[in-house]
Amino acid sequence: MTLNWKIGGVLLGLVFFLAVLLVKPIGVSTQFVILDGIIGDAVNSELVTKTEEGYTSTNAYLAKSGGKYAKSVANPLNYSFVFVGAMMLGAFLSVMARGGIGSDERRLPAIWYANYGDTPAKRYLVAFVGGFVVLYGARLAGGCTSGHMMSGMMQTALSGYIFAAGAFLAAIPVAMMMYRKEG
Amino acid sequence: MSTIILAIVIGALFGATLDRIGATNPNWIGKMLNLTNLHLMKTILLAIGVGSFLMFGGQMLGLVDVGHMSVKAAYVGVFIGGVLLGGGWAAAGYCPGTGVCAAASGRKDALFFIAGGLLGAAAYMVTYPMWKASGLLEDVAGGKVTLGTVPGSKFEGITGVQGDVLGLVLGLAFIVIAFILPERLAGRGEAIAPAE
Repeated sequence: MTLNWKIGGVLLGLVFFLAVLLVKPIGVSTQFVILDGIIGDAVNSELVTKTEEGYTSTNAYLAKSGGKYAKSVANPLNYSFVFVGAMMLGAFLSVMARGGIGSDERRLPAIWYANYGDTPAKRYLVAFVGGFVVLYGARLAGGCTSGHMMSGMMQTALSGYIFAAGAFLAAIPVAMMMYRKEG
Repeated sequence: MSTIILAIVIGALFGATLDRIGATNPNWIGKMLNLTNLHLMKTILLAIGVGSFLMFGGQMLGLVDVGHMSVKAAYVGVFIGGVLLGGGWAAAGYCPGTGVCAAASGRKDALFFIAGGLLGAAAYMVTYPMWKASGLLEDVAGGKVTLGTVPGSKFEGITGVQGDVLGLVLGLAFIVIAFILPERLAGRGEAIAPAE
C-alpha cells in the first residue's frame, strides 16, 4: 500500500519544490500557535488588538517580529493556516481512496500493541505528552520537521542541519528504548 | 485570493503524499527511528535531494525566484528544540504536520497528540520571555545563513562557496545516501513493513 521510496521520495520532493516555486517553503508548527491565539482571542478579546501599523498582542510571543503572528490570528484566512487545513483534507481523501485505516489500527497502532499490549489509555497519554513536548520544542526551535528539516536542509540552511542533528540525536535512542519489539 | 487557492492545492497534495509514503503512520515512524526499517528514511532523504536539486537547478536556469527562499535563523535554541521535538516525535510517532494528517485519517491517538501540541505551543507562548532573556535565542554563526553564498539571495553564506552549485551537489549527495542506506541498521533479517 505504501509507495516505494523511489516514487514516494520524488513525489514528496516535487511537493516541497512546488511550494517554494509558487509561494514559499512549507512549514506547519506555527499554526498551532495561531490556533491557540484564535482560541485565546475568542475567550479574551484583549489578546490581539489592531494598531495603526498592524496588529499586536498582550502576549509577547504573538507580538514579536512586528506582530506578524497577531496579524495571522486576526486574519485566519491566510496562506499558512489554510494550508494546514488543506493538508488534513488531502490526507483524509487519500486515506478514503485507499479504503481507510482499519478500526484496530485507528484505536491503537500495531507497534504500540506489540510493545505494550492492549493499553489504549496509556497510548493516548503518551501521544498527549509527546504532542506537548513536540510543539514546545518546535516553537523553541522556530520550526518542525517540515519547516526546519525538510525545507531547511533543502535550502542548505545552517539552522536545518542543527535542528536535524538535535532531533535524530534524541529520536533514535528514545525509539530504540521505547519500541524494542518491531511490531 | 489566488494564494488561498495555492494553499488548498499544495496543502492537499502535501497531506495526500504524507499519507501515501507512510509518514502519518506511527508504525513507519517507529520502525524508522528504532532503525529496524529505513524505508521512510530513504523516502525523506530522496525528497530533500530532489527538492534541493530542482530548486537550485531552477534558480541557475532563472526559472525559480531566489526571493522565495526563506531561511530560518540558527541559534542554540534550535538545537535544544530539536532534541525536544525528536524525543516527542519518537514517543508519539507524530510530528506537527503528520499528526494533523493522522487525525484527519481517523487515528484516535493523533487527536491526543494535537491536544497536547496546542497546550505545548501555548506553554511556549507563556514562557517565551524567559527564553528570550536567557540569550539562547540569539543568532549564532550569522543567524539566517546558508552553507554557501546563493547568488541573488538576501541570506548570507557561512562560506564563500557558490551556494546554488553547493545546493546541487548536496542535493545529489542526499539522493546518493538514499540509495546506499541499508534497509535496516538494527536487528536481523529482512526489514518488515508495517501491516496495512
